[in-house]
Amino acid sequence: MTAAASRAALDAVWRIESAKVVAVLTRSLGSLDAAEEFAQEALLEAMEQWPRTGVPRNPGAWLTTVARRRAIDAWRRDDRFAARMPDLAAGQDEREERSAPDRRAEEPIRDEVLRLIFTACHPVLPRASRVALTLRVVGGLTTDEIARAYLVSSPTMGQRISRAKRALADAGVPFEVPQADEFPARLGAVLEVLYLVFNEGYAATGGSDLLRVDLAREALRLARVVQALLPREPETHGMVALMELQASRFAARVDRDGQPVLLADQDRSRWDRSAIARGRAALDRARRLGPDLGPYGLQAELAECHAVAATAADTDWGRIVATYDRLLRVTPTPVVALNRAVAVAMAGDPRAALAVVDELASRETLRSYHLVAAVRADLLSRLGREEEARAEFARAAELAGNERVKAQLLARAAAGQRRGE
Amino acid sequence: MKYMLLLKADAASESGAVPDDEAINAMGVYNDELIAAGVLLGGEGLHSSADGARVSFDGDDRSVVDGPFAETKELLAGFWMIEVSSKEEAVEWAKRVPLSSGEVEVRQVFTVDEFNQDNEHVQKEIQWREENEARTA
Repeated sequence: MTAAASRAALDAVWRIESAKVVAVLTRSLGSLDAAEEFAQEALLEAMEQWPRTGVPRNPGAWLTTVARRRAIDAWRRDDRFAARMPDLAAGQDEREERSAPDRRAEEPIRDEVLRLIFTACHPVLPRASRVALTLRVVGGLTTDEIARAYLVSSPTMGQRISRAKRALADAGVPFEVPQADEFPARLGAVLEVLYLVFNEGYAATGGSDLLRVDLAREALRLARVVQALLPREPETHGMVALMELQASRFAARVDRDGQPVLLADQDRSRWDRSAIARGRAALDRARRLGPDLGPYGLQAELAECHAVAATAADTDWGRIVATYDRLLRVTPTPVVALNRAVAVAMAGDPRAALAVVDELASRETLRSYHLVAAVRADLLSRLGREEEARAEFARAAELAGNERVKAQLLARAAAGQRRGE
Repeated sequence: MKYMLLLKADAASESGAVPDDEAINAMGVYNDELIAAGVLLGGEGLHSSADGARVSFDGDDRSVVDGPFAETKELLAGFWMIEVSSKEEAVEWAKRVPLSSGEVEVRQVFTVDEFNQDNEHVQKEIQWREENEARTA
Protein backbone atom coordinates (compact mmCIF):
# COMPACT_ATOMS: atom_id res chain seq x y z
CA MET A 1 0.00 0.00 0.00
CA THR A 2 1.38 3.45 -0.85
CA ALA A 3 1.74 6.05 1.89
CA ALA A 4 -1.09 8.13 0.41
CA ALA A 5 -3.39 5.12 0.15
CA SER A 6 -2.73 3.99 3.71
CA ARG A 7 -3.25 7.57 4.90
CA ALA A 8 -6.63 7.66 3.12
CA ALA A 9 -7.58 4.30 4.68
CA LEU A 10 -6.61 5.63 8.11
CA ASP A 11 -8.68 8.80 7.56
CA ALA A 12 -11.64 6.58 6.72
CA VAL A 13 -11.21 4.56 9.90
CA TRP A 14 -10.86 7.76 11.91
CA ARG A 15 -14.09 9.16 10.47
CA ILE A 16 -15.95 6.04 11.50
CA GLU A 17 -14.30 5.51 14.88
CA SER A 18 -13.25 8.91 16.24
CA ALA A 19 -16.47 9.82 18.08
CA LYS A 20 -16.52 6.41 19.79
CA VAL A 21 -12.81 6.54 20.65
CA VAL A 22 -12.95 10.09 22.03
CA ALA A 23 -16.18 9.36 23.94
CA VAL A 24 -14.83 6.21 25.61
CA LEU A 25 -11.55 7.95 26.43
CA THR A 26 -13.33 10.99 27.88
CA ARG A 27 -15.08 8.65 30.27
CA SER A 28 -11.93 6.80 31.34
CA LEU A 29 -9.52 9.75 31.37
CA GLY A 30 -12.06 12.13 32.90
CA SER A 31 -11.35 14.93 30.45
CA LEU A 32 -12.34 15.66 26.87
CA ASP A 33 -9.10 17.57 26.37
CA ALA A 34 -6.94 14.61 27.45
CA ALA A 35 -9.12 12.23 25.45
CA GLU A 36 -8.49 14.17 22.26
CA GLU A 37 -4.79 14.60 22.96
CA PHE A 38 -4.14 10.90 23.51
CA ALA A 39 -6.49 9.87 20.70
CA GLN A 40 -4.31 11.99 18.40
CA GLU A 41 -1.21 10.22 19.71
CA ALA A 42 -2.83 6.86 19.04
CA LEU A 43 -3.65 8.04 15.54
CA LEU A 44 0.02 8.90 14.96
CA GLU A 45 0.99 5.44 16.16
CA ALA A 46 -1.57 3.90 13.80
CA MET A 47 -0.14 5.94 10.95
CA GLU A 48 3.25 4.46 11.69
CA GLN A 49 2.16 0.86 12.36
CA TRP A 50 -0.85 0.06 10.17
CA PRO A 51 0.93 0.37 6.83
CA ARG A 52 3.14 -2.54 8.05
CA THR A 53 0.69 -4.60 10.10
CA GLY A 54 -2.58 -3.86 8.31
CA VAL A 55 -5.67 -2.33 9.88
CA PRO A 56 -6.68 -4.29 13.02
CA ARG A 57 -10.00 -6.11 13.01
CA ASN A 58 -11.48 -3.68 15.54
CA PRO A 59 -9.60 -0.43 14.86
CA GLY A 60 -11.68 1.55 17.37
CA ALA A 61 -10.66 -0.75 20.23
CA TRP A 62 -7.04 -0.64 19.03
CA LEU A 63 -6.97 3.18 19.03
CA THR A 64 -8.67 3.33 22.43
CA THR A 65 -6.21 0.88 23.99
CA VAL A 66 -3.16 2.63 22.56
CA ALA A 67 -4.47 6.03 23.69
CA ARG A 68 -5.06 4.68 27.21
CA ARG A 69 -1.55 3.25 27.28
CA ARG A 70 -0.13 6.60 26.20
CA ALA A 71 -2.13 8.34 28.93
CA ILE A 72 -0.76 5.91 31.52
CA ASP A 73 2.80 6.47 30.27
CA ALA A 74 2.37 10.23 30.46
CA TRP A 75 0.68 10.20 33.84
CA ARG A 76 3.08 7.70 35.40
CA ARG A 77 5.48 10.61 35.35
CA ASP A 78 2.97 12.73 37.27
CA ASP A 79 1.92 11.76 40.82
CA ARG A 80 -1.34 13.66 40.73
CA PHE A 81 -2.80 11.15 38.34
CA ALA A 82 -1.46 8.04 40.03
CA ALA A 83 -4.82 7.43 41.70
CA ARG A 84 -6.44 6.88 38.29
CA MET A 85 -4.05 4.18 37.21
CA PRO A 86 -5.87 1.02 38.37
CA ASP A 87 -9.02 2.22 36.60
CA LEU A 88 -7.19 2.92 33.41
CA ALA A 89 -5.27 -0.31 33.38
CA ALA A 90 -8.49 -2.27 33.94
CA GLY A 91 -9.93 -0.67 30.83
CA GLN A 92 -7.43 -2.39 28.56
CA ASP A 93 -8.44 -5.48 26.76
CA GLU A 94 -6.39 -6.57 23.81
CA ARG A 95 -8.86 -9.28 22.91
CA GLU A 96 -11.26 -6.52 21.84
CA GLU A 97 -8.91 -5.42 19.11
CA ARG A 98 -8.67 -8.84 17.56
CA SER A 99 -12.37 -9.59 17.29
CA ALA A 100 -15.06 -7.78 15.35
CA PRO A 101 -17.27 -5.39 17.34
CA ASP A 102 -20.30 -7.15 18.81
CA ARG A 103 -23.58 -5.88 20.16
CA ARG A 104 -22.64 -6.27 23.84
CA ALA A 105 -19.50 -4.20 23.39
CA GLU A 106 -21.19 -1.57 21.23
CA GLU A 107 -24.09 -0.55 23.44
CA PRO A 108 -22.11 1.04 26.28
CA ILE A 109 -19.96 2.79 23.67
CA ARG A 110 -23.07 4.34 22.14
CA ASP A 111 -24.07 5.67 25.56
CA GLU A 112 -20.67 7.35 25.79
CA VAL A 113 -21.13 8.86 22.31
CA LEU A 114 -24.47 10.30 23.42
CA ARG A 115 -22.77 11.86 26.46
CA LEU A 116 -20.11 13.28 24.14
CA ILE A 117 -22.78 14.89 21.93
CA PHE A 118 -24.56 16.49 24.88
CA THR A 119 -21.24 17.73 26.27
CA ALA A 120 -20.05 19.27 22.98
CA CYS A 121 -23.42 21.05 22.61
CA HIS A 122 -23.50 22.24 26.23
CA PRO A 123 -25.19 25.66 26.64
CA VAL A 124 -22.29 26.91 28.78
CA LEU A 125 -20.46 27.37 25.45
CA PRO A 126 -21.17 30.09 22.88
CA ARG A 127 -23.01 28.75 19.83
CA ALA A 128 -20.04 29.05 17.46
CA SER A 129 -17.94 26.99 19.89
CA ARG A 130 -20.60 24.29 20.23
CA VAL A 131 -20.66 24.01 16.45
CA ALA A 132 -16.86 23.82 16.13
CA LEU A 133 -16.46 21.35 18.99
CA THR A 134 -19.24 19.10 17.72
CA LEU A 135 -17.76 18.93 14.22
CA ARG A 136 -14.36 18.22 15.70
CA VAL A 137 -15.09 15.61 18.38
CA VAL A 138 -18.36 14.07 17.15
CA GLY A 139 -17.93 14.55 13.40
CA GLY A 140 -14.23 13.67 13.43
CA LEU A 141 -13.37 16.60 11.11
CA THR A 142 -9.92 18.13 11.35
CA THR A 143 -9.50 21.68 12.67
CA ASP A 144 -8.36 22.60 9.16
CA GLU A 145 -11.52 21.28 7.54
CA ILE A 146 -13.73 23.12 10.04
CA ALA A 147 -11.76 26.33 9.55
CA ARG A 148 -12.15 26.12 5.77
CA ALA A 149 -15.87 25.47 6.06
CA TYR A 150 -16.34 28.50 8.29
CA LEU A 151 -13.95 30.75 6.33
CA VAL A 152 -11.62 31.44 9.27
CA SER A 153 -7.92 30.64 9.66
CA SER A 154 -6.90 27.31 11.07
CA PRO A 155 -5.20 28.82 14.18
CA THR A 156 -8.35 30.83 14.92
CA MET A 157 -10.50 27.71 14.73
CA GLY A 158 -7.93 25.77 16.79
CA GLN A 159 -8.13 28.40 19.51
CA ARG A 160 -11.91 28.34 19.44
CA ILE A 161 -11.87 24.59 19.98
CA SER A 162 -9.26 24.62 22.78
CA ARG A 163 -11.06 27.46 24.53
CA ALA A 164 -14.30 25.48 24.33
CA LYS A 165 -12.69 22.42 25.91
CA ARG A 166 -11.18 24.59 28.65
CA ALA A 167 -14.54 26.28 29.27
CA LEU A 168 -16.20 22.88 29.72
CA ALA A 169 -13.53 21.85 32.22
CA ASP A 170 -13.66 25.20 34.08
CA ALA A 171 -17.45 25.02 34.35
CA GLY A 172 -17.16 21.45 35.66
CA VAL A 173 -19.62 20.22 33.03
CA PRO A 174 -20.23 16.54 33.88
CA PHE A 175 -19.85 13.92 31.14
CA GLU A 176 -23.51 12.91 31.27
CA VAL A 177 -26.78 12.68 29.45
CA PRO A 178 -28.92 15.38 31.12
CA GLN A 179 -31.59 14.46 33.66
CA ALA A 180 -35.27 14.41 32.74
CA ASP A 181 -35.98 17.97 33.92
CA GLU A 182 -33.40 19.57 31.68
CA PHE A 183 -33.45 16.95 28.92
CA PRO A 184 -35.86 18.68 26.50
CA ALA A 185 -33.94 21.96 26.56
CA ARG A 186 -30.58 20.19 26.20
CA LEU A 187 -31.84 18.06 23.31
CA GLY A 188 -33.02 21.32 21.77
CA ALA A 189 -29.46 22.67 22.09
CA VAL A 190 -28.06 19.56 20.34
CA LEU A 191 -30.55 19.79 17.48
CA GLU A 192 -29.92 23.51 17.18
CA VAL A 193 -26.19 22.89 16.65
CA LEU A 194 -26.89 20.31 13.95
CA TYR A 195 -29.32 22.62 12.20
CA LEU A 196 -26.84 25.50 12.35
CA VAL A 197 -24.25 23.31 10.63
CA PHE A 198 -26.81 22.17 8.05
CA ASN A 199 -27.81 25.72 7.24
CA GLU A 200 -24.22 26.85 7.00
CA GLY A 201 -23.85 24.24 4.27
CA TYR A 202 -27.25 24.93 2.73
CA ALA A 203 -26.75 28.65 2.22
CA ALA A 204 -23.58 30.41 3.21
CA THR A 205 -24.19 33.54 5.27
CA GLY A 206 -21.31 35.40 3.67
CA GLY A 207 -18.93 35.21 0.75
CA SER A 208 -19.77 34.00 -2.72
CA ASP A 209 -19.98 30.26 -2.09
CA LEU A 210 -23.69 29.58 -1.81
CA LEU A 211 -23.61 25.81 -1.49
CA ARG A 212 -21.30 24.04 0.88
CA VAL A 213 -23.01 20.75 0.50
CA ASP A 214 -20.39 18.76 2.40
CA LEU A 215 -21.19 20.57 5.63
CA ALA A 216 -24.90 19.98 5.13
CA ARG A 217 -24.26 16.28 4.43
CA GLU A 218 -22.21 16.01 7.60
CA ALA A 219 -25.03 17.67 9.58
CA LEU A 220 -27.46 15.16 8.10
CA ARG A 221 -25.18 12.27 9.05
CA LEU A 222 -24.88 13.56 12.62
CA ALA A 223 -28.65 14.04 12.78
CA ARG A 224 -29.04 10.37 11.80
CA VAL A 225 -26.57 9.46 14.56
CA VAL A 226 -28.68 11.33 17.13
CA GLN A 227 -31.85 9.82 15.66
CA ALA A 228 -30.41 6.32 16.13
CA LEU A 229 -29.30 7.13 19.70
CA LEU A 230 -32.62 8.70 20.75
CA PRO A 231 -35.28 6.92 18.67
CA ARG A 232 -38.10 7.73 21.10
CA GLU A 233 -37.69 11.49 20.71
CA PRO A 234 -40.02 12.76 17.95
CA GLU A 235 -37.84 15.78 17.20
CA THR A 236 -34.80 13.65 16.30
CA HIS A 237 -36.92 12.19 13.49
CA GLY A 238 -38.33 15.63 12.72
CA MET A 239 -34.80 16.97 12.33
CA VAL A 240 -33.73 14.16 9.98
CA ALA A 241 -36.96 14.64 8.00
CA LEU A 242 -36.37 18.38 7.68
CA MET A 243 -32.78 17.96 6.53
CA GLU A 244 -33.57 15.14 4.08
CA LEU A 245 -36.42 17.11 2.52
CA GLN A 246 -34.35 20.26 2.19
CA ALA A 247 -31.30 18.36 0.95
CA SER A 248 -33.48 16.73 -1.72
CA ARG A 249 -33.41 20.11 -3.49
CA PHE A 250 -29.63 20.55 -3.53
CA ALA A 251 -29.24 19.83 -7.25
CA ALA A 252 -32.04 22.25 -8.15
CA ARG A 253 -31.18 25.12 -5.83
CA VAL A 254 -28.63 26.88 -8.04
CA ASP A 255 -28.50 27.20 -11.80
CA ARG A 256 -25.48 26.43 -13.98
CA ASP A 257 -24.00 29.86 -13.26
CA GLY A 258 -24.28 29.29 -9.53
CA GLN A 259 -27.22 31.68 -9.16
CA PRO A 260 -29.88 30.65 -6.62
CA VAL A 261 -33.15 29.40 -8.10
CA LEU A 262 -36.35 30.18 -6.19
CA LEU A 263 -38.41 27.22 -5.05
CA ALA A 264 -41.22 28.00 -7.50
CA ASP A 265 -38.78 28.09 -10.44
CA GLN A 266 -36.81 24.97 -9.56
CA ASP A 267 -36.68 22.06 -11.98
CA ARG A 268 -38.48 19.50 -9.83
CA SER A 269 -37.12 16.62 -11.90
CA ARG A 270 -33.80 17.44 -10.25
CA TRP A 271 -35.17 16.90 -6.75
CA ASP A 272 -33.78 13.77 -5.17
CA ARG A 273 -36.79 11.46 -4.89
CA SER A 274 -35.10 8.94 -2.62
CA ALA A 275 -34.13 11.73 -0.19
CA ILE A 276 -37.77 12.85 -0.23
CA ALA A 277 -38.91 9.28 0.51
CA ARG A 278 -36.45 9.02 3.43
CA GLY A 279 -37.56 12.42 4.74
CA ARG A 280 -41.23 11.49 4.61
CA ALA A 281 -40.52 8.17 6.35
CA ALA A 282 -38.72 10.01 9.18
CA LEU A 283 -41.59 12.50 9.43
CA ASP A 284 -44.06 9.62 9.72
CA ARG A 285 -42.03 8.23 12.62
CA ALA A 286 -42.16 11.64 14.32
CA ARG A 287 -45.94 11.79 13.79
CA ARG A 288 -46.44 8.30 15.21
CA LEU A 289 -44.52 9.25 18.35
CA GLY A 290 -46.82 12.31 18.69
CA PRO A 291 -48.92 13.79 20.27
CA ASP A 292 -48.03 16.84 18.15
CA LEU A 293 -45.00 17.68 16.04
CA GLY A 294 -42.29 19.93 17.48
CA PRO A 295 -40.74 22.89 15.66
CA TYR A 296 -38.44 20.74 13.48
CA GLY A 297 -41.19 18.26 12.66
CA LEU A 298 -43.50 21.12 11.68
CA GLN A 299 -40.83 22.67 9.47
CA ALA A 300 -40.35 19.24 7.91
CA GLU A 301 -44.09 19.12 7.26
CA LEU A 302 -43.81 22.45 5.42
CA ALA A 303 -40.96 21.06 3.33
CA GLU A 304 -43.07 17.97 2.67
CA CYS A 305 -45.94 20.11 1.33
CA HIS A 306 -43.53 21.38 -1.34
CA ALA A 307 -41.92 18.00 -1.95
CA VAL A 308 -45.22 16.31 -2.82
CA ALA A 309 -46.42 19.03 -5.21
CA ALA A 310 -45.76 17.91 -8.81
CA THR A 311 -45.54 21.54 -9.94
CA ALA A 312 -45.32 24.84 -8.06
CA ALA A 313 -48.95 25.51 -9.05
CA ASP A 314 -50.04 22.29 -7.35
CA THR A 315 -48.76 23.44 -3.94
CA ASP A 316 -51.37 23.15 -1.21
CA TRP A 317 -50.92 26.64 0.27
CA GLY A 318 -53.94 26.24 2.54
CA ARG A 319 -52.26 23.31 4.27
CA ILE A 320 -49.01 25.29 4.47
CA VAL A 321 -50.78 28.24 6.17
CA ALA A 322 -52.37 25.79 8.65
CA THR A 323 -48.96 24.26 9.43
CA TYR A 324 -47.48 27.75 9.91
CA ASP A 325 -50.29 28.48 12.37
CA ARG A 326 -49.18 25.45 14.41
CA LEU A 327 -45.52 26.43 14.08
CA LEU A 328 -46.25 29.98 15.17
CA ARG A 329 -47.81 28.59 18.35
CA VAL A 330 -44.64 26.70 19.33
CA THR A 331 -42.09 29.21 17.95
CA PRO A 332 -43.67 32.67 17.83
CA THR A 333 -40.78 34.41 16.03
CA PRO A 334 -40.89 37.19 13.42
CA VAL A 335 -39.25 34.91 10.84
CA VAL A 336 -42.04 32.35 11.18
CA ALA A 337 -44.63 35.16 11.03
CA LEU A 338 -42.95 36.48 7.87
CA ASN A 339 -42.96 33.09 6.19
CA ARG A 340 -46.56 32.54 7.21
CA ALA A 341 -47.41 35.87 5.55
CA VAL A 342 -45.80 34.64 2.31
CA ALA A 343 -47.94 31.50 2.49
CA VAL A 344 -51.07 33.59 3.09
CA ALA A 345 -50.27 35.57 -0.05
CA MET A 346 -49.66 32.38 -2.03
CA ALA A 347 -52.95 30.99 -0.77
CA GLY A 348 -54.59 33.92 -2.53
CA ASP A 349 -54.69 36.83 -0.12
CA PRO A 350 -51.71 39.16 -0.76
CA ARG A 351 -53.54 42.09 0.86
CA ALA A 352 -53.82 40.27 4.21
CA ALA A 353 -50.19 39.18 3.85
CA LEU A 354 -49.00 42.76 3.26
CA ALA A 355 -50.78 43.91 6.43
CA VAL A 356 -48.81 41.31 8.43
CA VAL A 357 -45.51 42.25 6.77
CA ASP A 358 -46.12 45.99 7.24
CA GLU A 359 -46.55 45.32 10.94
CA LEU A 360 -43.31 43.27 11.03
CA ALA A 361 -41.43 45.93 9.03
CA SER A 362 -42.43 48.58 11.54
CA ARG A 363 -40.56 46.76 14.34
CA GLU A 364 -37.21 48.30 15.21
CA THR A 365 -35.41 44.92 15.27
CA LEU A 366 -36.61 43.93 11.79
CA ARG A 367 -36.19 47.25 10.00
CA SER A 368 -32.81 46.26 8.55
CA TYR A 369 -33.65 42.61 7.86
CA HIS A 370 -33.36 42.09 4.10
CA LEU A 371 -35.92 39.27 3.95
CA VAL A 372 -38.69 41.47 5.36
CA ALA A 373 -37.95 44.07 2.70
CA ALA A 374 -37.73 41.41 -0.04
CA VAL A 375 -41.07 39.87 0.91
CA ARG A 376 -42.68 43.28 1.21
CA ALA A 377 -41.36 44.21 -2.25
CA ASP A 378 -42.75 41.01 -3.73
CA LEU A 379 -46.19 41.60 -2.19
CA LEU A 380 -46.29 45.20 -3.44
CA SER A 381 -45.44 43.92 -6.90
CA ARG A 382 -48.25 41.34 -6.75
CA LEU A 383 -50.68 44.09 -5.79
CA GLY A 384 -49.58 46.10 -8.82
CA ARG A 385 -47.81 48.78 -6.78
CA GLU A 386 -44.72 48.60 -9.00
CA GLU A 387 -43.18 51.93 -8.07
CA GLU A 388 -43.08 51.07 -4.36
CA ALA A 389 -42.02 47.48 -5.14
CA ARG A 390 -39.00 48.67 -7.11
CA ALA A 391 -37.80 50.91 -4.29
CA GLU A 392 -38.32 48.12 -1.76
CA PHE A 393 -36.37 45.54 -3.85
CA ALA A 394 -33.50 48.04 -4.10
CA ARG A 395 -33.61 48.53 -0.33
CA ALA A 396 -33.63 44.76 0.25
CA ALA A 397 -30.59 44.41 -2.04
CA GLU A 398 -28.78 47.04 0.00
CA LEU A 399 -29.47 45.12 3.22
CA ALA A 400 -28.54 41.64 1.91
CA GLY A 401 -25.13 40.28 2.96
CA ASN A 402 -24.77 37.50 0.39
CA GLU A 403 -23.52 38.73 -3.01
CA ARG A 404 -25.69 36.36 -5.02
CA VAL A 405 -28.85 37.19 -3.11
CA LYS A 406 -28.03 40.88 -3.59
CA ALA A 407 -27.66 40.40 -7.36
CA GLN A 408 -30.96 38.52 -7.50
CA LEU A 409 -32.81 41.31 -5.68
CA LEU A 410 -31.23 43.99 -7.89
CA ALA A 411 -32.36 42.02 -10.94
CA ARG A 412 -35.92 42.04 -9.61
CA ALA A 413 -35.73 45.78 -9.02
CA ALA A 414 -34.50 46.24 -12.60
CA ALA A 415 -37.20 43.93 -13.99
CA GLY A 416 -39.83 46.02 -12.22
CA GLN A 417 -38.28 49.09 -13.75
CA ARG A 418 -38.55 47.64 -17.25
CA ARG A 419 -42.17 46.65 -16.70
CA GLY A 420 -42.90 50.10 -15.30
CA GLU A 421 -41.49 51.96 -18.31
CA MET B 1 -20.90 10.43 -1.97
CA LYS B 2 -23.24 7.51 -2.37
CA TYR B 3 -21.88 4.00 -2.62
CA MET B 4 -23.46 0.63 -3.10
CA LEU B 5 -22.04 -2.35 -1.29
CA LEU B 6 -23.02 -5.31 -3.44
CA LEU B 7 -23.09 -8.61 -1.61
CA LYS B 8 -22.16 -11.49 -3.91
CA ALA B 9 -24.07 -14.75 -3.71
CA ASP B 10 -22.67 -17.96 -2.26
CA ALA B 11 -23.88 -21.52 -1.90
CA ALA B 12 -25.91 -20.63 1.20
CA SER B 13 -27.67 -17.64 -0.36
CA GLU B 14 -28.36 -19.69 -3.52
CA SER B 15 -29.71 -22.69 -1.55
CA GLY B 16 -33.07 -20.97 -1.22
CA ALA B 17 -33.11 -21.41 2.56
CA VAL B 18 -34.05 -18.42 4.70
CA PRO B 19 -30.89 -17.24 6.57
CA ASP B 20 -30.58 -18.80 10.05
CA ASP B 21 -30.77 -16.84 13.31
CA GLU B 22 -27.02 -16.58 13.64
CA ALA B 23 -26.63 -15.03 10.18
CA ILE B 24 -29.57 -12.69 10.76
CA ASN B 25 -28.14 -11.58 14.10
CA ALA B 26 -24.70 -10.91 12.65
CA MET B 27 -26.19 -8.84 9.82
CA GLY B 28 -28.43 -7.11 12.33
CA VAL B 29 -25.41 -5.97 14.37
CA TYR B 30 -23.72 -4.76 11.19
CA ASN B 31 -26.82 -2.86 10.04
CA ASP B 32 -27.10 -1.33 13.53
CA GLU B 33 -23.55 -0.07 13.18
CA LEU B 34 -24.33 1.52 9.81
CA ILE B 35 -27.43 3.16 11.28
CA ALA B 36 -25.60 4.38 14.40
CA ALA B 37 -22.90 5.91 12.20
CA GLY B 38 -25.58 7.79 10.24
CA VAL B 39 -24.46 6.41 6.87
CA LEU B 40 -27.14 3.87 5.92
CA LEU B 41 -29.62 5.01 3.24
CA GLY B 42 -31.14 1.63 2.47
CA GLY B 43 -30.53 -1.99 1.65
CA GLU B 44 -32.19 -5.30 0.84
CA GLY B 45 -31.45 -8.99 0.75
CA LEU B 46 -32.33 -11.00 -2.36
CA HIS B 47 -34.00 -14.38 -2.79
CA SER B 48 -31.92 -16.99 -4.59
CA SER B 49 -31.65 -16.79 -8.38
CA ALA B 50 -33.99 -19.80 -8.60
CA ASP B 51 -36.83 -17.33 -8.03
CA GLY B 52 -35.49 -14.91 -10.62
CA ALA B 53 -35.01 -14.70 -14.36
CA ARG B 54 -32.75 -13.11 -16.94
CA VAL B 55 -33.76 -11.11 -19.94
CA SER B 56 -31.19 -10.98 -22.73
CA PHE B 57 -31.14 -8.53 -25.60
CA ASP B 58 -30.13 -9.07 -29.17
CA GLY B 59 -31.22 -6.31 -31.49
CA ASP B 60 -35.00 -6.28 -31.29
CA ASP B 61 -35.15 -9.77 -29.82
CA ARG B 62 -35.61 -10.44 -26.13
CA SER B 63 -35.20 -13.84 -24.62
CA VAL B 64 -36.11 -14.82 -21.08
CA VAL B 65 -34.33 -17.53 -19.13
CA ASP B 66 -35.61 -18.54 -15.71
CA GLY B 67 -33.17 -19.14 -12.81
CA PRO B 68 -31.39 -20.72 -11.08
CA PHE B 69 -28.08 -19.67 -12.62
CA ALA B 70 -24.90 -21.63 -12.19
CA GLU B 71 -22.13 -19.04 -11.86
CA THR B 72 -22.81 -18.32 -8.18
CA LYS B 73 -19.99 -15.81 -7.71
CA GLU B 74 -21.38 -13.56 -10.43
CA LEU B 75 -24.78 -13.36 -8.74
CA LEU B 76 -25.96 -10.88 -6.16
CA ALA B 77 -27.43 -11.75 -2.78
CA GLY B 78 -28.15 -8.26 -1.50
CA PHE B 79 -27.01 -4.65 -1.29
CA TRP B 80 -26.55 -1.67 0.99
CA MET B 81 -26.74 1.95 -0.13
CA ILE B 82 -24.56 4.17 2.04
CA GLU B 83 -23.58 7.84 2.04
CA VAL B 84 -19.96 8.45 3.04
CA SER B 85 -17.22 11.01 2.47
CA SER B 86 -14.76 8.90 0.47
CA LYS B 87 -14.23 5.63 -1.37
CA GLU B 88 -11.91 4.53 1.45
CA GLU B 89 -14.74 4.98 3.94
CA ALA B 90 -17.04 2.85 1.76
CA VAL B 91 -14.30 0.19 1.56
CA GLU B 92 -13.82 0.32 5.34
CA TRP B 93 -17.55 -0.35 5.80
CA ALA B 94 -17.41 -3.17 3.25
CA LYS B 95 -14.56 -4.78 5.23
CA ARG B 96 -16.85 -4.90 8.24
CA VAL B 97 -19.58 -6.98 6.58
CA PRO B 98 -19.81 -10.11 8.76
CA LEU B 99 -18.61 -12.74 6.29
CA SER B 100 -15.93 -15.39 6.54
CA SER B 101 -15.87 -16.05 2.81
CA GLY B 102 -17.28 -14.55 -0.35
CA GLU B 103 -17.10 -11.05 -1.72
CA VAL B 104 -18.58 -7.56 -1.43
CA GLU B 105 -18.19 -5.19 -4.34
CA VAL B 106 -17.98 -1.43 -3.67
CA ARG B 107 -19.40 0.84 -6.36
CA GLN B 108 -20.02 4.58 -6.47
CA VAL B 109 -23.51 5.73 -7.40
CA PHE B 110 -23.98 8.41 -10.05
CA THR B 111 -25.84 11.52 -9.00
CA VAL B 112 -28.02 13.40 -11.46
CA ASP B 113 -25.72 16.43 -11.61
CA GLU B 114 -22.84 14.31 -12.96
CA PHE B 115 -24.60 13.81 -16.31
CA ASN B 116 -24.65 16.29 -19.16
CA GLN B 117 -27.90 18.08 -18.37
CA ASP B 118 -28.40 19.28 -21.95
CA ASN B 119 -28.58 15.75 -23.27
CA GLU B 120 -32.15 15.04 -24.36
CA HIS B 121 -31.94 11.41 -23.29
CA VAL B 122 -30.64 12.38 -19.87
CA GLN B 123 -33.64 14.68 -19.57
CA LYS B 124 -35.97 11.83 -20.53
CA GLU B 125 -34.34 9.48 -18.08
CA ILE B 126 -34.70 12.02 -15.28
CA GLN B 127 -38.36 12.41 -16.19
CA TRP B 128 -38.87 8.65 -16.26
CA ARG B 129 -37.16 8.22 -12.93
CA GLU B 130 -39.28 10.92 -11.35
CA GLU B 131 -42.54 9.46 -12.64
CA ASN B 132 -41.51 5.94 -11.74
CA GLU B 133 -40.54 6.93 -8.22
CA ALA B 134 -43.62 9.08 -7.77
CA ARG B 135 -45.70 5.99 -8.56
CA THR B 136 -43.83 3.78 -6.14
CA ALA B 137 -43.47 6.38 -3.36
